[in-house]
Amino acid sequence: MKKPIAGGSARVEVLAPPRTARRGGAGAWLENERLLAAMLLTPTVLLLGLFIAYPFVMGVWLALSNTSVGNVGEFVGLRNFYKAWNDSIFRTAFWNTTWYTAWATVFKLTLGMWLALLLNRSFRGKRIVRASMLLPFIVPTVLSTFAWRWMFDPTFSVLNWLLYRGGFITTKLPFLSDGAYGMWCAIAVNTWRGMPFFAITLLAGLQTINPDLHEAASLDGANGWHRFWNVTWPLLKPVTLVVVVFSIIQTFSDFQLIYVLTGGGPANSTHLIATYAYQVGVATGLLGEGAAISLFMLPVLFVVVWLQLRYLRRLEA
Amino acid sequence: MVIERRWKKWVYFYIPLTLFVIGTLFPFYWMFVTAIRPDAELYRSWRAATNTPFWTLQPTLDHFRDLLEKTTFPQWLWNTFFIACVSTVISLFCGLLAGYALARLKFPMAGMLGTSIFVTYLVPPTLLFIPLADIIRSFQLGNTPWALILTYPTFLIPFSTWLLMGYFKTIPKELEECARIDGATRFGAMIRIIFPIAVPGILSAGIFAFTLSWNEFIYALVFLSSPEKKTVPVGVVSELIRGDIYFWGQLMAGALLGSIPVALVYSFFVEYYVTGLTGSVKG
Repeated sequence: MKKPIAGGSARVEVLAPPRTARRGGAGAWLENERLLAAMLLTPTVLLLGLFIAYPFVMGVWLALSNTSVGNVGEFVGLRNFYKAWNDSIFRTAFWNTTWYTAWATVFKLTLGMWLALLLNRSFRGKRIVRASMLLPFIVPTVLSTFAWRWMFDPTFSVLNWLLYRGGFITTKLPFLSDGAYGMWCAIAVNTWRGMPFFAITLLAGLQTINPDLHEAASLDGANGWHRFWNVTWPLLKPVTLVVVVFSIIQTFSDFQLIYVLTGGGPANSTHLIATYAYQVGVATGLLGEGAAISLFMLPVLFVVVWLQLRYLRRLEA
Repeated sequence: MVIERRWKKWVYFYIPLTLFVIGTLFPFYWMFVTAIRPDAELYRSWRAATNTPFWTLQPTLDHFRDLLEKTTFPQWLWNTFFIACVSTVISLFCGLLAGYALARLKFPMAGMLGTSIFVTYLVPPTLLFIPLADIIRSFQLGNTPWALILTYPTFLIPFSTWLLMGYFKTIPKELEECARIDGATRFGAMIRIIFPIAVPGILSAGIFAFTLSWNEFIYALVFLSSPEKKTVPVGVVSELIRGDIYFWGQLMAGALLGSIPVALVYSFFVEYYVTGLTGSVKG
């Protein structure tokens, strides 16, 4: 009902005498701006709607049904969630995901900050060192994780060789053939891969800090640690927070690293939520249960995203 | 005094930096050494006294030859390249238009749209792959490159929109107003004045998007099934391992060759990549 009226009023403007048409042009132009905005945003909204919003709704529906491959399911309520929660493998996976995210983030932040501080000094060959430091982040994770898997090989591990030759061990370490060791190996590889991201973004933050502040602080007698803690850190906090949030989201939802490194084994002891969802939903074909398992990631992601948005708002205000 | 300083510089700077460099690059060196090492040398006990794991005296290209001649690896390289390029172009197109609209135009719900695009940026692919696989199947896109070309933009568009929006905001509005006084339409000013100035931003977003789609794994794993359609990461994982046997020489050769294109693109545009990387989180 509203549309014809709007069209009508536009027509009134067009029919107005030519003298005022120029002034009316401003109104028409404003209309145009809306039209242009709608036009420019259509492709994005369409693609994101079709391949993010729709799958999300669909995922919620799948999680509430007993759909499996080749079998249209029916509504079963929260049964899938209930089942996952009482499944010991799922509980291990959930716990692993939390453990993995927490430690990997701590390591990435500490080492990344350290590396950023080192790279912030001037030295010969700085550009090439900085460029090569980002390599783990550029190279496809799956491929570099394969190199790590070969380095952790039960029979031919070069790391075991190094430790043995260095006199640290007398028998091989069971890198990937033991669940607890496996998780630590995964944390190490994740740290190796993600640390450059922290280092480079923190370095960008460091470069915006005025060196005069450091000079003033050292004239006042502050040593290196004090200068870091009282000058650098407060100024670096905003960018650190954003990087940490990004990293938590990516680490919590990680899939490929575990898929290649351990495949969730031995005996399902190193699954993450995503790899277990894949095993149940795709490998076994229980789409409903798999979708429910991956939806367990949502509350955590939601809290993290919410904090991030609130923080961004506060920055803008 | 000077000596003490030099000593300090070694402990606090050179040694840690060297350790970082070794730790970061060793896996790549190891990939390379494994790829050129003959099989007879690869599988030798870790305790053997004659073991020299860090170099080889009989380098061989056999693993590379096998990989290129006996597997569909070249086809995977081409698939990955094609998919990465097309999805990057689609994402840049959408990101440019949407980024401009959000940065410059006033329209109802602009804030809400901006926020929801940002939120989709934070939705990880692992949350959606199961329902998305179902949707891809019902659109008859399963096992075609289009399954990936259409889904990769879901994580590329939000990031490039966000990056380009930030970039557009740094371009003074007066430039556009001048063009409009000279008779350009709003659309014309956008295409002829603003987009050319934004080329560095577009390049940053493009490089970053290219590396992201080259590296993508889970969608490619779930949506593609026939060996000749796969991308490099999925092909290496699923086709180079026969049964339970790992041919490490060939695997490492594949890992190396699969990493080189993206590393090359990166090395030519390091600065743009870094801008994209840091811009992608700044918002």
